[in-house]
Amino acid sequence: MELVIIAAAIMLGLGALGAAVGMGLLGGKLIEGTARQPELGPMLQGKMFLLAGLIDAVPIIGVGIAMYLIFVVAPSVGA
Amino acid sequence: MAGENPASTTEYIQHHLQNLVYGNHPENGWGFAHGAQEAAEMGFMAFHVDSLAWSLGLGLIFCWMFRSAAKRATTGVPSGFLNFIELIVEFIDGSVKDSFHGVNKMVAPLALTIFVWVFLMNLMDLIPVDLIPYLMAKAGVGYQKIVPSTDPNITMGMALGVFILMLYYSIKIKGTGFIKELTMHPFNHWAFIPVNLFMETVGLLAKPFSLGLRLFGNMYAGEMIFILIAMMFAAGAGGGIAAGGIHAQIFGEHTSFLFWLAVFALVCGVCWLNLKGKISTGKTVLIAAIIMTLSGGVFAFAGGLMQWGWAVFHILVITLQAFIFMVLTIVYLSMAHEDH
Repeated sequence: MELVIIAAAIMLGLGALGAAVGMGLLGGKLIEGTARQPELGPMLQGKMFLLAGLIDAVPIIGVGIAMYLIFVVAPSVGA
Repeated sequence: MAGENPASTTEYIQHHLQNLVYGNHPENGWGFAHGAQEAAEMGFMAFHVDSLAWSLGLGLIFCWMFRSAAKRATTGVPSGFLNFIELIVEFIDGSVKDSFHGVNKMVAPLALTIFVWVFLMNLMDLIPVDLIPYLMAKAGVGYQKIVPSTDPNITMGMALGVFILMLYYSIKIKGTGFIKELTMHPFNHWAFIPVNLFMETVGLLAKPFSLGLRLFGNMYAGEMIFILIAMMFAAGAGGGIAAGGIHAQIFGEHTSFLFWLAVFALVCGVCWLNLKGKISTGKTVLIAAIIMTLSGGVFAFAGGLMQWGWAVFHILVITLQAFIFMVLTIVYLSMAHEDH
């Protein structure tokens, strides 16, 4: 049971870490780009949202699986 | 419903994640499955009736909505609903013009259908998790999953549809060029054909797979968190606080649904009076706090607030995922139209 919890923790933590780095780079570059050329702002923002959704997908799938592991798999393994 | 012991918690989650399955059971013949195990035993020949019904129903709503707007469309100044539909159509049109570089009349309507349909399917996530399954259980239907996009069959089915279109247009537009693209692409030499073929096939198959799985994963995780908050809510409400003792004396262990409905209506009524300016905000908060303390609903309120918070965040997620599904469909189809 404990190993399932640890697996879920690693899944959540590393997923969040990777996504956070990606999002940080993305947001930073967006601001940089917009500061250089403000007229491109709306177009860049649209693309940023698209990429944010793409980056967001992998960790959020990890969250779903981790939640399933913690609340459904772990109790039935431990009990 | 209560979250005291892991077994019932697990049961609650599993009950919520179980589709209403109609299929051919090896022993009982055709019928609805009672529980996850029976559904699994049905194997391949089983239908997720709830996913099918909800997705088809939402598709019909989409068609009806846009048809009624199209029939009323004029060259004059549009108003209200018509304006809203026009906004969506123009937004899709802009996205398609940005990312689609081929010539195909079908892509923009396809993108519109995908965007609105996926959005509507995702929108079902914002309906309180227990509401419709509860009403359905009252009506005698044991299992109900109202968000079709939390069913991998639906999302992967849509991705498969896009994949078939990709293949169709690749072959139609490129002809033998498509074969050449699959075999000669990264390394342009005959000796590398097996390597190229393997890499390109993996790349090709990864597209629909990630497309379907991304939507499913996002919606599934969102639904899971709604369920977990609902469980905390149920546990808190069952435990009660200040008035929990009295509350349990009057209503027993399980408070009736109508009681919560009455309390909810009362709180909403007080807030409504405040909005109309009949009572001051300070009094509103006080009265609401008293009602909730008396009904033992402070935990319930916290749970409700968390549900609300996650729902607000989820509005972004559902729109974004519908948008991404649409944009990637356009991009993939655009790639299928690029003849080298």
